[in-house]
Amino acid sequence: MSDMPLLKVRSLSKFYGNRIGCHDVSFDLWPGEVLAIVGESGSGKTTLLNCLSTRLMPSTGDVQYRMRDGDYRDLFRMSEAERRVLMRTDWGFVHQNPADGLRMTVSAGANVGERLMAVGDRHYGRIRATASEWLSRVEIDTDRIDDQPRAFSGGMRQRLQIARNLVTSPRLVFMDEPTGGLDVSVQARLLDLVRGLVSDLGLSAIVVTHDLAVARLLSHRMMVMKGGHVIEHGLTDRVLDDPREPYTQLLVSSILQV
Amino acid sequence: MSAPDTRPAPGQDSAGETELAAYNFAYLDEQTKRMIRRAILKAIAIPGYQVPFASREMPMPYGWGTGGVQVTAAIIGPEDVLKVIDQGADDTTNAVSIRAFFQKVAAVRATTHTADATIIQTRHRIPEHTLQEGQVLVYQVPIPEPLRFLEPRETETRKMHALEEYGLMHVKLYEDIARHGRIATTYAYPVKVHGRYVMDPSPTPKFDNPKMHRSEALQLFGAGREKRIYAVPPHTDVVSLDFEDHPFEVQQFDRPCALCGATHVYLDEVVLDDRGGRMFVCSDTDYCETRQAEGHVGEMLATTATDREAAE
Repeated sequence: MSDMPLLKVRSLSKFYGNRIGCHDVSFDLWPGEVLAIVGESGSGKTTLLNCLSTRLMPSTGDVQYRMRDGDYRDLFRMSEAERRVLMRTDWGFVHQNPADGLRMTVSAGANVGERLMAVGDRHYGRIRATASEWLSRVEIDTDRIDDQPRAFSGGMRQRLQIARNLVTSPRLVFMDEPTGGLDVSVQARLLDLVRGLVSDLGLSAIVVTHDLAVARLLSHRMMVMKGGHVIEHGLTDRVLDDPREPYTQLLVSSILQV
Repeated sequence: MSAPDTRPAPGQDSAGETELAAYNFAYLDEQTKRMIRRAILKAIAIPGYQVPFASREMPMPYGWGTGGVQVTAAIIGPEDVLKVIDQGADDTTNAVSIRAFFQKVAAVRATTHTADATIIQTRHRIPEHTLQEGQVLVYQVPIPEPLRFLEPRETETRKMHALEEYGLMHVKLYEDIARHGRIATTYAYPVKVHGRYVMDPSPTPKFDNPKMHRSEALQLFGAGREKRIYAVPPHTDVVSLDFEDHPFEVQQFDRPCALCGATHVYLDEVVLDDRGGRMFVCSDTDYCETRQAEGHVGEMLATTATDREAAE
């Protein structure tokens, strides 16, 4: 099973007019693997993530995804209906700002249950039981199940967003700066939680971050981007301990040492 | 109708002189009616689908039934018999003024008897008397989009209808149960039409939802401000959404109508005084009056009659 990549990306480019969003990106993502995309603001990491997750149409290149039946499908040749089904069942997308990924005006339970109802679950008791189980898995007290996310702290909202995405047991999760805007201790707890979930569920994940510490903790492999190009690509420990490109060396050396 | 028509034609006074401002039959010009009829035909062809149409300004404010009036104007003919109800009543402001409007601009016969009407324009009720083949029920709709309060983007809701993504509708029902322990939505209760489109039945009480299911009458929905027309053709499945463990239920009333003693009808609460006195009466006034004429007596009817005699 796992000797075939989950996602095959070939010379993916996105241009905004004359400007480069990302250029000629190719890589494979394997089942159970976490890939970090790092780089400074404006380096094209989010553009790349949006292209991979079909939220944005790339200018050239293709992305092949291995469906549950084992066949590869070109994401951009699928119908919109199929893509949307994929996005709400087999994939997850964790936004930097939880308000973008949550329904702020409905309760936490309904937020988690929405995907279940979208795939046709029509049994209230079962939906609620699953929601409650997932809340406890992401360390939210189950007596908060009927509270709206607006009554939650930033860290709780982010954990709720993660639960909402994982409830249909997806195989691939995209994360855009999942710890951005959280204070350091909350970040640490969240990273710990995500790391646990990823290894328990055997998830593959693509994590965009500008924080090398996040990449170090979560990812197996990382890609360093600059000006829309991937300038270095390798195992996380190798890239961080022995950076080859001058830019990566600069990035690694600019981490504040306390 | 074989009796000679002695009523003045629209736009003419009783002496037969043409006034300066003459209206076309049923107020709207023929091109507009044609446009609306096309939208209605399309709506009938795709049950529950919201068809956009070029809604006109009508001589009444939005929210007073501009959509329903345009649909009625497009389908009414000189031989039609019109009934207009507002929350089940024939004698409330909205019903009286719309009825007067069509009597003026189309010179049609009006009735309050459900069985006699060929077109019934309604605001928020379906008559208790079962509708028959050949009758048309025209609903006034404020907000046609059932997903609107959950998803504000029109582009997105259209896509959700197109791809049949209706999980969100159940999120609303889930919220109801989580908050109130049961599905607390009592009006504008979402339905699935012909196994395909989820539709807002306009703010009718959910008590009326089962009446829509396989109704013999044609049901047309007009939303003037939102510029949408949709329809349920006769004999079409209309199923209210629910959960397996929280099935759809209609409102129950623990007492019969105070005037006609009817049970299994939708009742309105009427406050009688400032000491907690109240009565529950049929919301459908025609149904209630017909029953009273047939000799059915509710518990408070007699007292009102005696009071009236005492006052005289």
